[in-house]
Amino acid sequence: MEWTLLDKCCEKCWHSLDNPCPDYIECRLNGPLCHSDEKCKSLRKKRIEEIKYGIHGAKIRIPMSSCTLASGAENLYNTVKEYVENNGLKITLDITGCFGLDFLDPWIEFSMKDMPPAIYTNVKPRDIPRLIKEYFEEHDVSNAFALPYKTGKAKGEEEVPLLDELDIWKKQYKWVSRNCGFVNPESIEEYVLSGGYKGFNHALKMKPEEVIEEILRSGLRGRGGAGFPTGLKWKITGQQKDSPKYVVANADEGDPGAFMNRLLAESDPFRIIEGLTIAGYAIGASNGYIFVRAEKPLMASRLKKAVEEARRYGLLGSNILGSGFSFDIEVILSAGAFVCGEETALLAAIEGKRAWPRQRPPYPAQRGLWGKPTLINNVETLAHVATIMAFGADRFSSVGTEKTKGTKMFCVAGSVKRPGVYEVPIGVSIRYLVEELAGGVTDGKTIKAVQIGGPSGGCIPAEKLDLPLDYETLQGAGAIMGSGGIVVIDNENCMVDVAKFFLTFTSAESCGKCYPCRIGLKVLWDILDKITRGKGTEEDLDVLKQLANTIKNASLCALGGTAPNPVLSTLRDFRDEYEAHIKKRECPAGVCRALIAYTIDEDKCKACGICSRNCPTNAISKTDNDKYQIDLDKCIKCGTCFSICPSQAIIKIRDPRNVRV
Amino acid sequence: MMEEPVSTGHNAAIDVQKLFRGLKRVPHNLIEALRRVQSYYGYLPPEGIKQAAEYVDVPFSQAYSVATFYHQYSLEPVGKYRIYVCMGTACHLRGNNLNYEYIRMLLGLKENQKTTDDGMFSLEVSRCYGCCGLAPVVVIEKPDGSRMIIGNANMAKIKAAINKCRRMG
Repeated sequence: MEWTLLDKCCEKCWHSLDNPCPDYIECRLNGPLCHSDEKCKSLRKKRIEEIKYGIHGAKIRIPMSSCTLASGAENLYNTVKEYVENNGLKITLDITGCFGLDFLDPWIEFSMKDMPPAIYTNVKPRDIPRLIKEYFEEHDVSNAFALPYKTGKAKGEEEVPLLDELDIWKKQYKWVSRNCGFVNPESIEEYVLSGGYKGFNHALKMKPEEVIEEILRSGLRGRGGAGFPTGLKWKITGQQKDSPKYVVANADEGDPGAFMNRLLAESDPFRIIEGLTIAGYAIGASNGYIFVRAEKPLMASRLKKAVEEARRYGLLGSNILGSGFSFDIEVILSAGAFVCGEETALLAAIEGKRAWPRQRPPYPAQRGLWGKPTLINNVETLAHVATIMAFGADRFSSVGTEKTKGTKMFCVAGSVKRPGVYEVPIGVSIRYLVEELAGGVTDGKTIKAVQIGGPSGGCIPAEKLDLPLDYETLQGAGAIMGSGGIVVIDNENCMVDVAKFFLTFTSAESCGKCYPCRIGLKVLWDILDKITRGKGTEEDLDVLKQLANTIKNASLCALGGTAPNPVLSTLRDFRDEYEAHIKKRECPAGVCRALIAYTIDEDKCKACGICSRNCPTNAISKTDNDKYQIDLDKCIKCGTCFSICPSQAIIKIRDPRNVRV
Repeated sequence: MMEEPVSTGHNAAIDVQKLFRGLKRVPHNLIEALRRVQSYYGYLPPEGIKQAAEYVDVPFSQAYSVATFYHQYSLEPVGKYRIYVCMGTACHLRGNNLNYEYIRMLLGLKENQKTTDDGMFSLEVSRCYGCCGLAPVVVIEKPDGSRMIIGNANMAKIKAAINKCRRMG
């Protein structure tokens, strides 16, 4: 292992895990502090340069997170590695997290001393030799997508915008996601260099009550969905007499359409570790747990590595930085259950049981893990904690609304041009996020609604896009902020189908403990299914509403308590779509399979035969006049022909067999 | 009703030591213990559940209740390659159900059949992977536990990935 910034500079440094130095973090950045030695100072300075530009003064960074991997980053990494090795280039190859801007994936960053770092986007392996040559040999950045800063020393700098000049960047407020895509998520020294552990250092110099006071003063509210004031939760847990106490980070990010926690944990895991450690200090806990969702194993492995690194450098363990405070963290990977996002279910899962929620009170703050007082915070909340303790409550609360301070990461997906994670001050409008940042609806479509808050949230119709994104407003509009997932629904999506989709999800994920949820959701689904098949009646709509309200009121936990929201909100704002399914047996968006049929527009058909060859049931045959036709009785409406036809000759119509006589 | 444990022919006594290396023998490690058992056998046979239960010192009934609760556990043998079609919101809206049916067709799966006759592939739907910006997403879990994530999945990409798995055997 090479020498890192966090190691001793020389024998005069007396810091060790058994006898830790309180000025450890400050010393690593600006040290040495306990002795004066120019050699030691320059050693640290040299290392800082190395981190920035690599040991040879040239560096390539490739983002390795789930989203970039899905668009081929691993392949890209291997290509670069091979190219650099085969050509004997003196360039360091490094990984980083991700910006959260999925439409740029995979991207790559080149940096070199005296040159501006350059970001290239949507890079293909075959581009690599050309780009490396351009940047590292010709010092030409003209083909870059953006530059984090300029030096005036590279060719083509003036043609390329600064990152800060791009809408997708300058219209965000990068507070908690500041490091995402800029540091190596597996390197604690890069985190420290980026200002990490400043907040923790600051907290250690305060009394635990003062830390709680600072968080209270910041106005931070839980970013997991409910929006409970974080400081208050800490205060209540801190005041409990029983011991030991536990702190838990809820990283069971289960809402489909929400991936800000994944991005944060994969790109900047130390911030979460730091936040959890501060929480432990503030409430007097010595053990922390991070519970990670099963579908996101990379998140768990990054956090696990981060915990090991923090332990290795004495930032977890006993008598941390000589403060007398001891704390350790365990990362637990779930085996898959949506209900784990509910706090009492999550605690049961950590204990190694079925994730069954239980009645509250007692709240986890009073009786949580193994019956002891337990503080549960979402990982984004904890990342905020670390950032607030580093930069101060005032800076955090300088943005946001009267009731809710600070920023929130939102994920925008579905029918938009620039899907991704965007961090904005709480209180900006939905339109700002969807149009200004995510680039608006996909070409050729119109926006019908946005779904906010996942399966517990609701659909907000397009005409209400100017509503501000804050807890109270969204609740009033029948949705919830939830974890902050926003899925844009366009005119080609059917709202009844969307409601049914969420019920498919929640009824499958109901843990089965209480029957309003277990049976009620199934019955709701049955009715929606009936409607999408064109067999619904008008009474069904009344039953839907009544049943949905009953489930909401009678369920044990928030899963059942919020699962009917997608039904209720679509019933209220898109009743006409329900009625079209019932009265006219028609799906206006052409989605519900039982109500549509495919047919071939003979004028457009060029008789290429692609549809016929790809039809899984051989339902498409040639007609006498050399065109093609679909046999409705054989057709299973899979849509293969519709998506494959090069001349858009296949069209959706109302299923003629469904017309009432 | 549980049936009598069926022997799978593994030498349980030796495997347990290796399998649970580094894992504390405390009840809260049950979820992890079961995961390791599953990665070893490819699924959770009754004797594997028993091994996990004994190791972390919980009754078999608790281990069985946990094994049947979380959806990543499978009590039946699954394919060497596990194909997951994401059914998150964005993937649903972008037509991942078509991909699902395409894969069924490609693998020749009959109704209610999850695993191919040759045991190479099994097909399941899954919850959101958090790659919604690249919807629709299909994930293939390889025998070594690593994952191949296919973003903006379409028939051509899926076919190529499945063929690649077939070539790797």
